[in-house]
Amino acid sequence: MTTTAIRLENIVLERPGGFRFVADLAIPSGARVALMGASGSGKSTLLDLVAGFETPDSGRVCLIGVDMTAASPAARPVAMLFQQDNLFGHLDAFANAGLGRSPGLRLSATDRADVMAALARVGLAGKEKRLPAQLSGGERQRVAIARILLGGKPALLLDEPFASLGPALGREMTALVAEIAAARAMTVLLVTHDPDEALGFAERTLFLDGGRIVADGPTREVLVDAPADIVRRYLHGH
Amino acid sequence: MARRDGSLTAGNAALALIGLVAGGAAAGLFLAGLADPAGAIDAFDARLAGVIGFTALQALLSTTLSVGLAAPLALALNRHAEFPGRALLLRLFALPMALPAIVAALAVLALFGRAGLLAAIWPAMGGGEWPGVYGLPGILIAHVFFNLPLATRLLLAALSSAPANHYRLAAQLGMGEASVFRFVEWPVLRAALPGVAMLVLMLCLTSFTIVLLIGGGPAATTLEVEIYQALRFDFDPARAGALVLAQVALTGLVAAFAGAREYRAGNSAAMSRRPARRPPAAFAIADAGFIAAAALFVIAPLAAMAASGAHADFGRLAGEASVRRALATSLGLGALAGLIAVAAALALASARKTLADRAAPSAAVYGRAAMLILVVPGAALGAGWFLLVNRFADPGQFAIPVVVAVNAVMATPFAFNVLRPVHDSGRDRHDRLCAGLGIAGWNRYRLVDGPMLVRPLASAFAFAFALSLGDLGVIALFGSDAIQTLPWLTLTRMGDYRVDDAAGLALILGFVALAAMALSDRLARSENP
Amino acid sequence: MRSVLPIPFLAVVLAAPAGAAETLTIYTYDGFTAEWGPGPPIEKAFEAECGCDLVFSTAVDGVALLNRLKIEGERAKADIVLGLDTGLIADARETGLFTPHGVDDTMVKTPGGFADDMFIAFDYGHFAVVYDTQKLAAPPKSLKELVEGDPAEKIILEDPRTSTPGLGLVLWMKAVYGDKAGEAWARLKDRVLTVAPGWSEAYGLFTKGEAPMVLSYTTSPAYHVIAEKSERYKAAAFTEGHYLQVEVAGMTGKGAENPLARQFLTFMTGPGFQDVIPETNWMFPAGKTAKPLDPAFEALVKPEKTFLIAPEDVAANRKAWVDEWLAAMGR
Repeated sequence: MTTTAIRLENIVLERPGGFRFVADLAIPSGARVALMGASGSGKSTLLDLVAGFETPDSGRVCLIGVDMTAASPAARPVAMLFQQDNLFGHLDAFANAGLGRSPGLRLSATDRADVMAALARVGLAGKEKRLPAQLSGGERQRVAIARILLGGKPALLLDEPFASLGPALGREMTALVAEIAAARAMTVLLVTHDPDEALGFAERTLFLDGGRIVADGPTREVLVDAPADIVRRYLHGH
Repeated sequence: MARRDGSLTAGNAALALIGLVAGGAAAGLFLAGLADPAGAIDAFDARLAGVIGFTALQALLSTTLSVGLAAPLALALNRHAEFPGRALLLRLFALPMALPAIVAALAVLALFGRAGLLAAIWPAMGGGEWPGVYGLPGILIAHVFFNLPLATRLLLAALSSAPANHYRLAAQLGMGEASVFRFVEWPVLRAALPGVAMLVLMLCLTSFTIVLLIGGGPAATTLEVEIYQALRFDFDPARAGALVLAQVALTGLVAAFAGAREYRAGNSAAMSRRPARRPPAAFAIADAGFIAAAALFVIAPLAAMAASGAHADFGRLAGEASVRRALATSLGLGALAGLIAVAAALALASARKTLADRAAPSAAVYGRAAMLILVVPGAALGAGWFLLVNRFADPGQFAIPVVVAVNAVMATPFAFNVLRPVHDSGRDRHDRLCAGLGIAGWNRYRLVDGPMLVRPLASAFAFAFALSLGDLGVIALFGSDAIQTLPWLTLTRMGDYRVDDAAGLALILGFVALAAMALSDRLARSENP
Repeated sequence: MRSVLPIPFLAVVLAAPAGAAETLTIYTYDGFTAEWGPGPPIEKAFEAECGCDLVFSTAVDGVALLNRLKIEGERAKADIVLGLDTGLIADARETGLFTPHGVDDTMVKTPGGFADDMFIAFDYGHFAVVYDTQKLAAPPKSLKELVEGDPAEKIILEDPRTSTPGLGLVLWMKAVYGDKAGEAWARLKDRVLTVAPGWSEAYGLFTKGEAPMVLSYTTSPAYHVIAEKSERYKAAAFTEGHYLQVEVAGMTGKGAENPLARQFLTFMTGPGFQDVIPETNWMFPAGKTAKPLDPAFEALVKPEKTFLIAPEDVAANRKAWVDEWLAAMGR
């Protein structure tokens, strides 16, 4: 049976300077959804509302059937992967990943084994002692993915996490996330500017403009088969 | 590489300015001292050991207390980014250092003195007659009043340079306050603490009026007092120069032991917003109590100062030519010295970062070594230059450039400490991207660093400006007809029995500093929404 | 052509010193030229008399004034140096910059008399302990009573290493106690609330109410009576006598060539200058005044005995006496 993982109910959020975000949305458990739209269209705001970094002026945020509108980010069943600064520069890969298991870094022997396994799972075996500065951009994001694995949260929010890595490496990382999400039946929201990435990763795509969702449907339909005018302009410039 | 070498050139130019100001003064004292070098040796008598001991004791205690309280206060303010009055509180925190020492000392005594507020309520609390705080406790309280707000602002600026995503991550991982401190806040704090502590230490080493006024007697004698005496009553340049060297050496010794640690922010370009923190109730209550106590400690003396200033006849003061002239001179001097100080500080920060990234030991020269200028008393700098210029020309004609340069150089370490954390993390984030895109030199400042640094630059300028309003030492010999500032006028009025005028002028001085802070906040906001 | 060109040039060169003779440059301290100081009315009065330009150039106080002279040496622009006190005269003489004034100063009167071929007194005052009548009913009647009195009744002093009144008290104690001055200081120590760097700071603390007594001048109460209409602050008369401070002016070698310099020194001893002094500099005029002093001055403490140690002795012993003070007070 499919449950609703993420439910945004009559959400309204206003910011000084005239920005207004509205949404009413349900995402079933295990879905992989791409968020597209120009800068300032509200993609990050949507992620922040789900993650708990923003609180709506009105409406409710329900996660796995529970009203979590006022819950703290840590209490929510979601993890987030940022584009930058996912790691603490003074902690090695092991410690950075271990934070996913214990935010105070108090790790039992079992936890430590789990951390080693998670790092191995993302391809970083043998690099546990490296500081972020000694890792490549892709490796740093792998550490963050290992941390998410260890956190065991059922939903994952990705805010263009691989945009700065280059096309080939980006595809490789997206594939890794897809694989992990599939294995754990995670619900994933992916913010991206790349239609190919959306097509390859997400079965559903939301297109946002001016703080509202203007297109919502199967990815291929939204982006290729029957794109709305505004989506076409965004993708093709005409 | 072009940009990096460019940053070194600019940094070297800033070092050269500091070196010129210090070297010129040293040359002046040295050449004059040659005529009668005996004083330089005489200076190191048995009594001097005691003086150095007390100097170090009070400065170390004052610094430990000021910075030791400022760090938790900055953390508490960092936990609560939005509460009514926060911005005003931080602006008020910039006032004490803009005030002449005597005004600030009287303000502190309005609270802790024998005729102060505590003296009025102490007997009611069953404490008998309030003895006042003269002696070491009074010196420490006054130094904390001066330096706690300064250190708090500098440390808070450092905390705000930690990446916003780290705070988001901490929130998402459910880190407790202890973990946020350990993983997010401590690394930035650790990098900023040595510099801030050095700055405060130097201010405590060279504070002179407070030590004498509240020290209770000549047992509380510091090197600065000896330098002042050598320059004034004895007029012994050799002795003064030797004592200045001792003071610089003492500070250099401490600086060598205070280890710095580099903080690397990673390569983030993300300008994401920091989430609101939600500390547990116990923390929130403790924080509120701590912030309120610190605010009271700083604001109560300022309020006392304002209250005694309110008696002044502002209508008459505003009509006086001397007041208007002094106000204009102070504003002009502050603006000019502030601009030079901010430019020099930016150049130093940039050169320091370039060298630190190469792990070059010379990075320290652009960092804390450049701050050593602070322990050379303004009076010694002024006197040295007067002696030097006098060899060639009429010193009166050089008074203005010397005063501007000395004020600028003395304000540079403050501006440096405001700028450095944000500048460094900006460099960490953008260096590779800019190298990839070939954005370098002026273009980089215009497009990348400039917009990011608007807020700290504005804040650094306000700091340097406020500081340059308050310095008096330089004009001791050049004569006040060359340059008459508000602090000078305040002291002149005090010396002429006109206590109300002096209090009123001090209040005007406070308002000017406050306005500068408010203006810089506004500027930073409008440029960087 | 060659013979023509230098002529206007020469005319300018010759005209310059002639123009300069119309200017009189006086070095003095800040307080003298302050808006309410004696400087502005004196400048106005003298310029009306001489039809010349009087230019003041200032240092922050008398000590800085002397230092400036020492540094500038022959480069100093001063024709007259005004505002040195008796403690600084010996050092000033040693600079070799001053010249005998040759002005008739017989009408200049100071307690105990002050006559010098290079310096002329223009005002004087006695150091005194000023007290707050609201806090102290029975002020000390002698230096001895001050030294031996109740340590709970505090006094604020100035530091002799950084201020003139501070040095004044060291000399006063020396004049009264002689070789026993060190013991007297040790005894007084517990009564001393604090030692301020200068008079302004000490008096500021006193008027804030931090202590009931301060080291100041016998003339201090006159300010409060005349400017504030307040009788609250009074000077304590000491039976041993009071130490005197005399402020003097001298003419430099450069001034000797400027006729305006002697004219000014003569003017200084007369009413045009002296009338201004009491209520601007808050000191007693040393020369002739045209109008009687404000009654507030008549009501001030008039010391029966005046101490003044010869400038040469002060210069020779200052360091030893200050060290004695340091040793007693610094413990």
